[in-house]
Amino acid sequence: MWVPTFAVLVAFAVPWPLWGVDRVVAGLPVWIWWHVGWLGLSALAFRAFVRSGAWERGMGLDAEKRNAGEGDCGPDAATDGGPDTVIDGCERR
Amino acid sequence: MTAGIGLGVVVGYLIAALAIGLVAYRITESTAEDYYLANRSIGTLVLLFTTFATLLSAFTFFGGPNLAYAAGPEWLVVMGTLDGVLFAVLWYVVGYKQWLIGERHGYVTLGEMLGDRFGSRGLRGLVAGVSLLWLFPYVMLQQMGAGEALVGLTGGAVPYWGGAALVTAFMIAYVTLAGMRGVAWTDTIQGLFMLSIVWIAAAWVVSAVGGVGAATGSMLTARPEFGSFGGGVYTPGFIVSTAITIAFGVTMFPQINQRFFVADSSAVLKRSFALWPVLVLLLFLPAFLLGAWAAGMPIDVPEGANVLPVVLNAYTPTWFAALVIAGAMAAMMSSSDSMLLSGSSYFTRDLYRPFVNPDASASREAWTARLGVVVFATLAFLASLLRPGTLIEVGDTAFSGFALLSLPVICALYRDRTTRDGMAVGIAVPQAVYLLVVLSSVLPLVPTLPRTVAVAGTGGWDVALGLMLLSLALTVVVSRLTAPTADGDASRFAVAGD
Repeated sequence: MWVPTFAVLVAFAVPWPLWGVDRVVAGLPVWIWWHVGWLGLSALAFRAFVRSGAWERGMGLDAEKRNAGEGDCGPDAATDGGPDTVIDGCERR
Repeated sequence: MTAGIGLGVVVGYLIAALAIGLVAYRITESTAEDYYLANRSIGTLVLLFTTFATLLSAFTFFGGPNLAYAAGPEWLVVMGTLDGVLFAVLWYVVGYKQWLIGERHGYVTLGEMLGDRFGSRGLRGLVAGVSLLWLFPYVMLQQMGAGEALVGLTGGAVPYWGGAALVTAFMIAYVTLAGMRGVAWTDTIQGLFMLSIVWIAAAWVVSAVGGVGAATGSMLTARPEFGSFGGGVYTPGFIVSTAITIAFGVTMFPQINQRFFVADSSAVLKRSFALWPVLVLLLFLPAFLLGAWAAGMPIDVPEGANVLPVVLNAYTPTWFAALVIAGAMAAMMSSSDSMLLSGSSYFTRDLYRPFVNPDASASREAWTARLGVVVFATLAFLASLLRPGTLIEVGDTAFSGFALLSLPVICALYRDRTTRDGMAVGIAVPQAVYLLVVLSSVLPLVPTLPRTVAVAGTGGWDVALGLMLLSLALTVVVSRLTAPTADGDASRFAVAGD
């Protein structure tokens, strides 16, 4: 559901339906108002996306676990098997 | 006299910014992780502004208003769409994924992450090399912008090369003295400062010309075509290809990409993401509209000057105009520092250490990094004296170059089946073609290749857009035809489970 939403948000941030329209409203061309309003709408949509938990689901993470792990040293923050320098997750928070 | 005041304010402000960097440097630990990533401990406000500050470049302050002045305010829509919406989506798709992976494995650079995933030193070097290549014109852009800004502010008393040299000297001083922490803090302060002062400047100029309606009115009298959406250089082809290449390009910029590794928790990334469109709009709206309104003002923009300083000089006191320019230059300096700093980490970690001197001591590495910055910035300065194009053209070239890197990287992040050879071909071939196209327009030796392809009725489409598709196709197809190498390990990019 979010994929088409984002596609629409990106596509119509450019005021295509107002192509060639030159009406001036409240001191600015009307298509500038469209753009301003659209970015405000995008910010609200992004906020809803983050709040709905789709942020984690989109990456295949369990939202509940992830949120619980935030701020404290949840089990997912701890270790990794690789040979790389692993900096302890907890210290960073 | 007024030129003296202007120059005094600019130099004074740059020195103050340098002092803040030094204070930050003193509280910095000396590990690489801290120098480059501020120990991955950057909070929402700082992350937001340090990413934001990368927008605070000559491209926004001078290139944007110049284009709006010459061609109309549609530039606001192009930049708002690409930065406010498309980049925000990529912020999630590329940035969050990279943050999850980086947090698990302690990566510092993009090349390191990909090199480790595909078990390939060559790929690591290739990514770093390509990134440094396109960083060059972007650093050059800042020097060109600074040079032109001082020409505009002082009415030509300070020559173009003088301004470019000044900002180069400050850039080098700054980046060799402070690391990421210094840069992140000055970015935040400068971001807030610029955001407020650009609104004050817009309000000042607008009230001097009799209000928003009057400003738009005289703009339309002088250039009636500015009022209607589209037209002139703003064809659908231009709008779409510019928006796509820049937004994808931005994610691969070393300093932006490295930001994806620095957040201290995913909550920071989330909050920044939701605030992004509004923040972008707050900066672009006054800056670009001032440029567009300038078309209707009785001012004379000298050849080779930026429009914004000229407008400010005409309608606000010299000290205020100088303060805005100083703020813009300091912000540009700060974002150039981020670039040079990230560039130097690409250089030492992905090129110098793996290929030249694997046993280099930490202090030797640090000195190599600093030396690299000095050489790089000096060469960019020399190239900027040639002024190979407008600010927007030079910037767009750099963005497009980075954009060609983005689709193979997204493939690597999301498709386990992507192989080392697929990545290598998908990156190298489109880059080579694009480089040829760009060089053919600069060097007289070869015939100039077209930069855009005209499609009936929609204007010219940037060839970089086609090359982006080519990079995607090559990565996917070659990955299908080749087997994963033994050293590759797709599980390194897994983010769930374990």
